[in-house]
Amino acid sequence: MAAPTTLPSALADAVRDESSLRRFLHGLPGVDQVGVEQRAAGLGTRSIKKASKLHAIDLAISMVDLTTLEGADTPGKVRSLAAKAKRPDPERPEVPRVAAVCVYPDMVKTAADELKGTGINVASVATAFPSGRSTIDIKLADTRFAVEQGASEVDMVIDRGAFLSGRYGLVFEEIVKVKEACGDAHLKVILETGELVTYDNVRRASWLALLAGGDFIKTSTGKVQPAATLPVTHVMLQAVRDWKNQTGELRGVKPAGGIRNTKDAIKYLVAVHEVAGPEWLDPHLFRFGASTLLNDLLMQRRTQLDGHYSGPDYVTVD
Amino acid sequence: MSDRVTVAKTYKLYIGGAFPRSESGRSYPVTDSKGTFLANAAQGSRKDARDAVAAARKAFDKWSGATAYNRGQVLYRVAEVLEGRREQFISEVAASEGVQLKKAQSIVDTAIDRWVWYAGWTDKIAAVLGSANPVAGPYFSFSTPEPTGVVAVLAPQQSSLLGLVSVIAPVIASGNTAVVITSQDRPLPAITLSEVLATSDVPGGVVNIITGRTAEIAPWLASHADVNALDLTGAPESLREDLERSAAGTVKRVLRNKVSEDFAVTPDMSRLRAYLETKTVWHPMGV
Repeated sequence: MAAPTTLPSALADAVRDESSLRRFLHGLPGVDQVGVEQRAAGLGTRSIKKASKLHAIDLAISMVDLTTLEGADTPGKVRSLAAKAKRPDPERPEVPRVAAVCVYPDMVKTAADELKGTGINVASVATAFPSGRSTIDIKLADTRFAVEQGASEVDMVIDRGAFLSGRYGLVFEEIVKVKEACGDAHLKVILETGELVTYDNVRRASWLALLAGGDFIKTSTGKVQPAATLPVTHVMLQAVRDWKNQTGELRGVKPAGGIRNTKDAIKYLVAVHEVAGPEWLDPHLFRFGASTLLNDLLMQRRTQLDGHYSGPDYVTVD
Repeated sequence: MSDRVTVAKTYKLYIGGAFPRSESGRSYPVTDSKGTFLANAAQGSRKDARDAVAAARKAFDKWSGATAYNRGQVLYRVAEVLEGRREQFISEVAASEGVQLKKAQSIVDTAIDRWVWYAGWTDKIAAVLGSANPVAGPYFSFSTPEPTGVVAVLAPQQSSLLGLVSVIAPVIASGNTAVVITSQDRPLPAITLSEVLATSDVPGGVVNIITGRTAEIAPWLASHADVNALDLTGAPESLREDLERSAAGTVKRVLRNKVSEDFAVTPDMSRLRAYLETKTVWHPMGV
């Protein structure tokens, strides 16, 4: 097995072969389920108001990966989504742009053309999203196609079947190969935590993805329930923090699916600040995979500034 | 028989078909007309109002899309359940309004009859207020009444059941959904009505009932951009002008009935008509 970067000796050892990888992943400390859930719930009760809330809303908007992953997607829908990404609230030009637009590979070109020169990234899901049930050749071709079309970020899914049956080497190799196929594009590795069952598995998968060179670890595809939850995101934030402590590298986290309102988004931001650290409060290191969240953020932003509640009649229908 | 310890009740709100506590965690004591403690009621906050509006908006599509016949059946079912709770309503009205039992009985009977009266209107509104318009050509043109949307209702402060029924029923009969702020000092009949609505066939969110201080919550509903109409019946006199002004900010329909409205007399259609919009449709392929 080839380590993607120069790693400290302990981590370089871990990726030497499949059995050392297994030994490393199973040697990771277990997650205290009650503890992490309690801590997540505790941090969720923080009260963020007034100016801090407005700041948090703007930060959250700039972290949104505006996503449309439907079978019914059309170029027109992607274009309108791109327009929304550029100017989320047409009446208020000071609202920050979102971080990226996330689409299926065949829609990447449409999105890339619309977003040229704006600084907004185009993310594409790849590798037989959302199930990941295909051969490695098809997964790599899928990735290359997305990058050729102009995607600057690739969201890949791991082979959960292989992971759950303990074939960590296979999953690792796949991530390494997809990372190669990405070239300069950022790689986000979707763990699909809803299928991993335990927090221990989430921690192992997070480390596996980080070892294999994923720039981001992402909770879910959004197609499986439960999608992103606070405790799962906690475990993943701990992993990137520990990764930084051991290697000095900064890797990102992206919760996706099920984050629908501002209150939830702010809970995540609190978790990022407290678990990983303030330097992760940055669109380069933390993202929200969401579609309906943006409208709620905009409505809350208006509520804060106008002094009265806003309504869905005043934001776009996606 | 030994003396029972009385069960002191602490009621909750009625939002989206469920009975949540107030987000603020507050409650306030409710007394009868002589000042004797009756129960605790939840003291709703602006966030409860916001949640109620969201619930009402969510319920609107299904309720307004239901056939008028179906809405009539549902409302009639409510009247049946009201009838089943008759004794409870009589004692609550007697305690809240400080009237004799006989008078309370007559109030409750009138309230139930009022509900039935509005239930009968659901499938007649379109016939009375709609029209097939004469046009000079081989076309059809129809005007039909459509529900306005989410209606914020400030229920009468004095008439705790009859007044309440007289303001809620016309709102939902035509397919609107309602967020109701009850009488501040006499909320018990409204709370029992919410239990009636929860156990009849009214879908959750069609009526949302919030107890608490009218003057605290009303301004938030008046300015809320997702509320389409506002009934000022129970608004404090000093607040009416401000409420109207903020309601104008998002062009709401405002019903400015006078505080001293007599609910005992059989109403006309004005309350029904207040929450209807007219939609006119041309059918270019006609005769």
